[in-house]
Amino acid sequence: MTALEAAQKIKAQFGEIISEPAEFRGEITLKVADAEKIADVCRFAKSIGFDYLVDISSIDNYGNDPRWTVVYHLRAIVNGVEIRLKTDVSEEISEVPSVLSVWRTANWHEREIYDMMGIRFKGHPDLRRILMWEGYPYYPLRKDFPLAGKPTDLLGVAFTRVTPMEGGPFVTVAGGNDSIAREPRVRVPESQDVELNARVEARKDNKEMRGQAFGPGSIEKK
Amino acid sequence: MATVQDIEIRDSAARAAQAADDMQDLHGEKMVLNMGPSHPATHGVLRIVLELDGEVITKADPDVGYLHRGDEKIAENMTYTQFIPYTDRLDYLAPLANNVAYALAVEKLLGVDKDLPLRCQYIRVMCCELARISAHLLGLGAFAMDTGAVTVFLLVFTEREKIYNLAEAASGARLTTSYTRIGGLMRDIPPTWCAQVKQFCDEFEVTLAEVETLLTRNRIWVDRLRDLGVVSKEMAIDYALSGPNLRGSGVNWDLRKNQPYLCYKDLDFEVALGSVGDCYDRYMVRMEEMRQSVRILRQCIEKIPGGWANDKKEPVNIPDGKITLPSKQKVLTSMEELIHQFMLVTEGVNCPPGEVYFGHENPKGELGFYINSKGGGVPYRLKIRAPSFINLSILGELMPGAMISDVPVILGSLDFVMGESDR
Repeated sequence: MTALEAAQKIKAQFGEIISEPAEFRGEITLKVADAEKIADVCRFAKSIGFDYLVDISSIDNYGNDPRWTVVYHLRAIVNGVEIRLKTDVSEEISEVPSVLSVWRTANWHEREIYDMMGIRFKGHPDLRRILMWEGYPYYPLRKDFPLAGKPTDLLGVAFTRVTPMEGGPFVTVAGGNDSIAREPRVRVPESQDVELNARVEARKDNKEMRGQAFGPGSIEKK
Repeated sequence: MATVQDIEIRDSAARAAQAADDMQDLHGEKMVLNMGPSHPATHGVLRIVLELDGEVITKADPDVGYLHRGDEKIAENMTYTQFIPYTDRLDYLAPLANNVAYALAVEKLLGVDKDLPLRCQYIRVMCCELARISAHLLGLGAFAMDTGAVTVFLLVFTEREKIYNLAEAASGARLTTSYTRIGGLMRDIPPTWCAQVKQFCDEFEVTLAEVETLLTRNRIWVDRLRDLGVVSKEMAIDYALSGPNLRGSGVNWDLRKNQPYLCYKDLDFEVALGSVGDCYDRYMVRMEEMRQSVRILRQCIEKIPGGWANDKKEPVNIPDGKITLPSKQKVLTSMEELIHQFMLVTEGVNCPPGEVYFGHENPKGELGFYINSKGGGVPYRLKIRAPSFINLSILGELMPGAMISDVPVILGSLDFVMGESDR
């Protein structure tokens, strides 16, 4: 079975919603028009031999509709045939069916995409953030998220207080100060925290520090 | 006055049944143990939340992301060449192999991966195999140390030092090598390099045999590893394990054999396979892979086009000014080369629009790069398929039922690196 034959087989099974196989650099890509059907297509692909899910990626087509693309790389271990499935999903829906019931490796891939892009997976039993921490308010891999990051109000999770060990024998802090006092590029969140505000006031150049994120800033919508 | 009391002595089976009955009430009290993120046995910043019933693990929830740097985001904001140093920091035990994997992915997008000069291909293969030995050695040393065999750690670090010396001789850096460029290499290897590799192979084989005598039939080592963390063939495929962890379960899949890239199809080597899929099999697979790597290295030094000193000036870069930098001499004297250099440095290698996935047999498993390009010198989206990340996802399945002292053994046998897992 070649990749093209496998693609034809999938197309014969699902008909209209599968695009003509596209080839680039020897790789076959199939586009699944209906994101709701992706789990069924994957289940069928597994039944014809694609037992190894190499990877799931996501793409943010910022400024275009539909905004998200989810990409599945499948492989048949017995003969090494590979195929790529892609499906688009709009920003309003931002949800595709989970393929966790097809391949268990999809668990962490889907959690990562949810964490980085904010696409949810319907039927995933444990859709938590995986790389960022629980409670982080943004999706950093989106194109409208600036490279330098964003300040966040969640003090308890995003910014910590002075460590209790500061000034101790094993803590090397330049000048014995925390980052607000010594780092010119520090991001200071908007906050009502008295202690934090006092430290900001203690800086000589504290004008215009608040809410500043350094870097290229957000991308203007086309 | 002594009193006589009847004591009922029951047989052992009845006593065991009674004890089990009494213990019933003690069940239900489970303890949650937080292991990591800076635990010495997790070698990096892996955190595992273990639920324990006595000493037996009933549930394990691995928590990754403590080393997340956003490499994929960073890649979208720089040219293809500028991202090479970031690949050093993925699997920082095998930076040379990461460089090669990334360069091959971009070259596949350009459609030139088959046109690489043969000398470049041989040097890249040698880099990959040295990196494999280096990574397996560290994995083995740390693994053995966690189970109490400290000598192995000292032996393997002596050998790794020699590999660092070789990396330094080739690229100028010991750890952050950034040796490859899109379409070639930073520079050719120095004339004495192959002789140094040959000497390393000779010395390394002796050390490996010594390590083998310390571990392979060591009673403690075997008892602690055998029948532990068993991953069946089906489970390994279902969880998409890769590298030695997949082959340890007996799945015959090695990208160097199954999807040959570079000059691997001209080289003679075997793929090591396990049979049971336990920790001992994974250890044995890594040992054999190192021996095969030495075999590949020896063939490469024999066959390398241009010979050791490259007297005939065999090229190591694709002779295309739109992909690789021209020589400085040409840049200073010729207008066309000057323009090429300017364009490459300011705008990057001009890649066609399209998407490719390239998987590379890295020491830890299949390191894949999925590049989605809209044309130009910057990727629109670059996804890194990190083998450590995927190999770790099986932990939640593998740990329950094991004892708490088995945790370092299972972790060591999976051989992950958090820099790659968290990207």
